[in-house]
Amino acid sequence: MSIESTIRQFRPEKHNLLMILHALQNSHPKNYLTEEALSNTARYLGLTKSAVYGVASYYSMFSLTPRGKYIIRVCVSPVCELLKAKEVVGILEKELGITTGQTTPCGLFTLEHSECLGQCQEAPSMMINEKVYNQLDANRINDILQGFRQHKP
Amino acid sequence: MKQETRIILKNAGRIDPGSIDDYIAAGGYEGLRKALGMKPGAVIDELLEAGLRGRGGAGFSTGMKQRFTSKGCLECPRRYVVVNADEGEPGTFKDRIIMEQDHHLYLEGTIIAAHAIRASRGYIYLRAEYHQSIERTLRAIEQAYEKGFLGKNIMGSGVDLDLEIKLGAGSYLCGEELTMLESLEGKRGNPRIKPPFPAEKGVFGMPTLVNNVETLANVPLIISKGKQWYRQFGTERSPGTKIFTISGQVNKPGHYELELGISLRELIDHLAGGMREGKAFKAALLGGAAGTFVGPVMLDERLTYDNLAEKGATLGSGAVIVMAEDDPVHDILHNCLRFFRHESCGKCVPCRAGTTLLVRESEELRAEHPDKDGLLQQMLREAQIMASTSLCPLGQSPVLPLKSAAKYFADELTGRGRA
Repeated sequence: MSIESTIRQFRPEKHNLLMILHALQNSHPKNYLTEEALSNTARYLGLTKSAVYGVASYYSMFSLTPRGKYIIRVCVSPVCELLKAKEVVGILEKELGITTGQTTPCGLFTLEHSECLGQCQEAPSMMINEKVYNQLDANRINDILQGFRQHKP
Repeated sequence: MKQETRIILKNAGRIDPGSIDDYIAAGGYEGLRKALGMKPGAVIDELLEAGLRGRGGAGFSTGMKQRFTSKGCLECPRRYVVVNADEGEPGTFKDRIIMEQDHHLYLEGTIIAAHAIRASRGYIYLRAEYHQSIERTLRAIEQAYEKGFLGKNIMGSGVDLDLEIKLGAGSYLCGEELTMLESLEGKRGNPRIKPPFPAEKGVFGMPTLVNNVETLANVPLIISKGKQWYRQFGTERSPGTKIFTISGQVNKPGHYELELGISLRELIDHLAGGMREGKAFKAALLGGAAGTFVGPVMLDERLTYDNLAEKGATLGSGAVIVMAEDDPVHDILHNCLRFFRHESCGKCVPCRAGTTLLVRESEELRAEHPDKDGLLQQMLREAQIMASTSLCPLGQSPVLPLKSAAKYFADELTGRGRA
């Protein structure tokens, strides 16, 4: 869907800004907000570009730089830390060959940290795009990544 | 053996949450039918006399909040109801359980609350990470419109309500009610100065009631079964139940709905299956990052708002994060401080600078420092200054885990406890 048609799904009211930014980011194959997307949104809502940039850069789920097709968000909350989230991060970094915040050269995965995902009963946890994965260990992480690499998430 | 008392979660796992008909067959929307036959003021009185207190952490009287909102800015053309579904306190997942397993319950509570304060519009502010909660709530709203529980002239009563979901975008601070209103308006999540309170001037400048998901889940039960029935649960000052989420080093982490008054030991041993690998209990972090650490001496204290407050601890959202003998308390304290640094919005200088400073000092505490006792005292002073000079609860929070960790585990934090 084009930027314009994505934006036009919403009424031109300022309070729709976050919803529009979510929709624009989700519709971009590289999971981020382009400068064009921000400018068009500003025009549509009658906001300044700086106001839209201010909002887009405030919220941690929005990205202003290109990311992978799949965003891996590893929970680093106190509960996950107690149950070895640091090992999970280490395994993912080793498997993907990148450090947290980076995107794999093939453009498939971006690795990020997340605050509490609310899955504490089955920690440690992570999300990949919209899906949650719990009780992570080395084997399970390998299986999950393998599935995504073969486009069978 | 202590057991669960399931009133909020009575349907959870028993009915198909995707079916509004199943919910209705289990007595659902009876509370709404009854409430619509009552005057708005009578609904508020019932909640007030039932003694319901907000389940988001602060524990304020729900009936009182509704009364203030119903009387706020009488010349305003519109009032709003806002559901705080932005659950983000570390270790807390009670609202997610309600939203995934019995979402019509809190939706019904929302419609009743809207009637009580005569709101014609409402929003559910839901964190974007809770994908399943979002999908299920969207579907529930659709079903409620189809059945005539939302929209114009609800069940022929003349009451109108339109409700929609708004998503957060990964900001913990937006779970704070005034900051949430900013975010709902499409702005950065910076807190507002209060007063005015939302009851007078909330979203779009209109009187607004902000209630937590678990709080609203209590409302249909109180209205349909009455305050007397409700008051048989819990204590005089904290009637009803509370959903605790226990996690960390226990055998059966999860959510447990309990009458207030259970002890930490009973919660761990009777419900959560005891300590993992038979290890000894060392500490619990109660109420999440914006909560307090307690040591083994607190194991037999009753977990009620009032008793914990007397002992300098908190119940907060109901999160109980359990640590075992070999878990370093400092790691978890450091995690909390790092969390506050990440989530500080930067509006108040003491919070912006203070959260960064505390993380750096916490690292020094862990490494080499010539005067660790002095350093810990300095951190406590700084956190206290932040608490007195920050606008919102975020800047006021770091002192809670810091002071309580220092109270019970000073030796460990300053290195004296190590061999």
